[in-house]
Amino acid sequence: MKLTRTLGLAAVAALAAGTASAQITDNVVKIGVLNDQSSLYADLSGQGSVVAARLAVEDFGAEKKGIKVEFISADHQNKPDVGSNIARQWIDVDKVDVIVDVPNSGVALAVNQVVREKNKVYLNSGAASSDLTGKACSPNTVHWTYDTWMLANGTGKAIVKTGGDTWFFLTSDYAFGHALERDTEAVVVKNGGKVVGKVRHPLNTADFSSFLLQAQSSKAKIIGLANAGGDTINSIKQAAEFGIVQGGQNLAGLLVFLTDVHALGLQTAQGLIFTETFYWDQNENTRAFAKRFAPQYKNMMPTMVHAGVYSAVLHYLKAVEALKSDADGAKVVAKMKEMPTDDPLFGKGTIRADGRKIHPAYLFEVKKPSESKGPWDYYKLRATIPANEAFRPLEESECPLVKKG
Amino acid sequence: MTTAAYQIGAPAKTTTLTHQYVAFGIMTAFFVVAPIFIYPVFLMQALCFALFACAFNLLIGYVGLLSFGHAMFLGTAGYISAHAAKVWGFPPEFAILTGTAASALLGVVAGALAIRRQGIYFAMITLALAQMIYFFALQAPFTGGEDGIQAVPRGTMFGFLDLSDQMTLYWVVLAIFLFGFLLIYRIVHSPFGQVLKAIRENEQRATSLGYKTDHYKLIAFVLSATLSGLAGATKAIVFQLASLTDVHWTMSGEVVLMTLVGGMGTVFGPIVGAAIIITMQNYLAGFGEWVLVIQGAIFVVTVLLFRRGIVGEIAAYLHSKSKSKSVPAEAEQAA
Amino acid sequence: MFELLGIPPQALFGQLLIGLINGSFYAMLSLGLAVIFGMLNIINFAHGAQYMIGAFVAWYALQYFGLDYWWSLLIAPIVVGAFGVVLERTMLQRLYKLDHLYGLLLTFGLALVLQGFFLNEFGSSGLPYPIPPSLQGGQNLGFMFLPNYRAWVIVFSLVVCLVTWYLIERTKLGSYLRAATENPTLVQAFGINVPRMITLTYGFGVGLAALAGVLAAPIYRVNPLMGADLIIVVFAVVVIGGMGSILGSVVTGFALGIIEGLTKVFYPEASNTVIFVIMAIVLLLKPAGLFGRTA
Repeated sequence: MKLTRTLGLAAVAALAAGTASAQITDNVVKIGVLNDQSSLYADLSGQGSVVAARLAVEDFGAEKKGIKVEFISADHQNKPDVGSNIARQWIDVDKVDVIVDVPNSGVALAVNQVVREKNKVYLNSGAASSDLTGKACSPNTVHWTYDTWMLANGTGKAIVKTGGDTWFFLTSDYAFGHALERDTEAVVVKNGGKVVGKVRHPLNTADFSSFLLQAQSSKAKIIGLANAGGDTINSIKQAAEFGIVQGGQNLAGLLVFLTDVHALGLQTAQGLIFTETFYWDQNENTRAFAKRFAPQYKNMMPTMVHAGVYSAVLHYLKAVEALKSDADGAKVVAKMKEMPTDDPLFGKGTIRADGRKIHPAYLFEVKKPSESKGPWDYYKLRATIPANEAFRPLEESECPLVKKG
Repeated sequence: MTTAAYQIGAPAKTTTLTHQYVAFGIMTAFFVVAPIFIYPVFLMQALCFALFACAFNLLIGYVGLLSFGHAMFLGTAGYISAHAAKVWGFPPEFAILTGTAASALLGVVAGALAIRRQGIYFAMITLALAQMIYFFALQAPFTGGEDGIQAVPRGTMFGFLDLSDQMTLYWVVLAIFLFGFLLIYRIVHSPFGQVLKAIRENEQRATSLGYKTDHYKLIAFVLSATLSGLAGATKAIVFQLASLTDVHWTMSGEVVLMTLVGGMGTVFGPIVGAAIIITMQNYLAGFGEWVLVIQGAIFVVTVLLFRRGIVGEIAAYLHSKSKSKSVPAEAEQAA
Repeated sequence: MFELLGIPPQALFGQLLIGLINGSFYAMLSLGLAVIFGMLNIINFAHGAQYMIGAFVAWYALQYFGLDYWWSLLIAPIVVGAFGVVLERTMLQRLYKLDHLYGLLLTFGLALVLQGFFLNEFGSSGLPYPIPPSLQGGQNLGFMFLPNYRAWVIVFSLVVCLVTWYLIERTKLGSYLRAATENPTLVQAFGINVPRMITLTYGFGVGLAALAGVLAAPIYRVNPLMGADLIIVVFAVVVIGGMGSILGSVVTGFALGIIEGLTKVFYPEASNTVIFVIMAIVLLLKPAGLFGRTA
């Protein structure tokens, strides 16, 4: 059964009698971009991730090196069953060698399992769960861009240190929200802060007013939003309506993306603090990337998820080139861990034994409308969290791969 | 054309019994040969949904009750059997049984509530109850929220069938499907089934004939729930996953669509419908939300233009042909 | 002052008021459903989608024609109502002789088409719609900060509900409508164009949904799925209230909004299931619904 349409060949021109490509399975490195193309995460990943992967192939110079790369992409609809199905069929039927992106932790965990079973490669950029390099870590998976531990740690620590020492949590009432709340609370308490209250709201709540009222009357300095996507956007929007920020309380988004800020508009989102690992307007390189990216993707600036896809694919191709083979997924990932990473977007970095890619993280604050110089000029940098502090230390990891080593 | 034809799920001018035996033979032969040229995982998915649609059809097609919440049975059984297999370490046959039993139990409760109202209210009540189950599944700790229950072990059935082998699993799934299908066929063609049809045609009349219609409706509801549960539990073992998809209202809508497209109240309609919808979803997966648009459009077109569904239309065609040859209509009409 | 289960009375008043706001949406939507059901005997599954389109029309009007919120309150119901009229004329009309469930199936299909279409066009992350300048800010009531816009929502929807009730229960037009519900043939015989009345009723009910959508736009994100889950809750509201009376559906809507609001304080985990639980209880005690007539 053929599942999805092939999006097209990015770099063809394989040299028929090539030497290097001889060991590459069926002479093609086939990249499957699996993400949400229609729903909550469609803007922050979606077709943009395909664009990012293409740019990586271009920059790698696959064509010149005689490596033929093909793409395929599909929409997992944020359903783990759909996602694992597609992954299985891609590998069994369409001969996909590497699956990238996969936002939504539930789907990511499912794909993680399938890829491991079939010994291919999974480069995760979109999903948050730190379980992917913890309990569920796999020799076939690299977790690139960010994770829940990093979000909780970065945002929690930095805010407490800058005076936000009393917290009230607005938590999405399911596993992901609970984990985010738990991790952040631990960080807050460890750094001398205090959690004065919390309320759990159902997933996909339309009306947050009564929860916000509770948050307001708690008098906490910081209202931590341990939720995601539409819930985060709605709670921020309604917080503005109830004058929460004007009342002296600050919102801390634990999972906020550039596209969320864009959807909210600066008027509503101003003052929001959160952690990301990439912002398009960081330096010359990131701006250059954004400039190439935007025209191919609805004139939107790349999110950190897009950047992660780019950087991960680039590094993957380098490893395949070095190995001269893409056949054995675990071997390719081992090679990726062995080679230091270096790319224009995240700079120099490494991949740890547990599959965690290590790079700095940044605490951003959303600008006031008066500070913004134009469209997409949204963030100002509040703090940089150095690479060695940004992610969960290896000794705390529950990953079996680490214990063995 | 009788007024009954205007009733939902009314018999779409039926096939004869011989037609059905032939069709059953063809179907079985197809599923035996199919894995050679069709991806077996896909076939197993189709089989699970076909069973689900057949179970749903038992209610709509033969009792005339439109449930808009059947996902709750599919999903609940999936969760329970996944949990049983993964956490309690049950072998697959017991895991599936446990899940199915859970759905049966839920069917008793939901059915007892829902059959207190008819028609549109029945549909809305089942929908609302299913939504409640959905929220429960979203928040309950053991279901894993959005992640679902993953990495469910397939295990070894009856101690000797190793289900990690794809083809062994396929035969098991096919056996389960055929068991469910034949059971439904038996139910429909039993005296009990005749009473159900009588209720569908005219509930008052059935009551006046001395049937406790509520009892019959509840039993049919529970049977339908149980078989939906069987489908859900099997699906969870096949995909090693139980997730929110299976309890969401869109799933309830999908099973309605499958049955409607294939033909409500026909024996094979739900299977054909399930095959079509699953194939379509697979081929169109890359088109994102257009799938939603297309599904909706199919709904609209089917309701407006061919309410009897594909199999219903074929059956009607065969029937009219056999009639024109002046073959006497069979006594046993198999709606 | 006394405290109730650890909740200070001020907070309680605040929550009650907020419950009332949610209730106004339930009331307006279940009212529309009841009006349509009364006349067409169809449960309009597309109601949620039409509510969503109402919000989108408001957004579109502002974005591309510079028409503000107040214009949208007028335009959106008309546009969406007209769209409803077209649907009724071309599709629903064919189903009146059939089992009512076909109407449900058809409108369910329509809802899927509409949602899918808007998802494709606009994505699901939602579009911002500002609160109209004249309603920004809020009042400090002592026990809570009440945004002006929310107060407006309560007042406006109450007025809409009462006007609708008055139109149907107290005017001549309404009496025709009610008569046609009871016995369309007879009313037709009196020289009243019943099919046209049915069409307009559907348009009106759909227009109400769109109006609710415009009201919702500044509070919630304008997003293609905003009506999908809401409509299921509204169905439960309708089952609880029974569709027998206009006033009944309005009262049930507001009351359930308040109950849900209170649940958010005392037991937030259950806030999205409480209405369904109430539905189950009502079904056990009074199967026809609180205000329903037994069929």
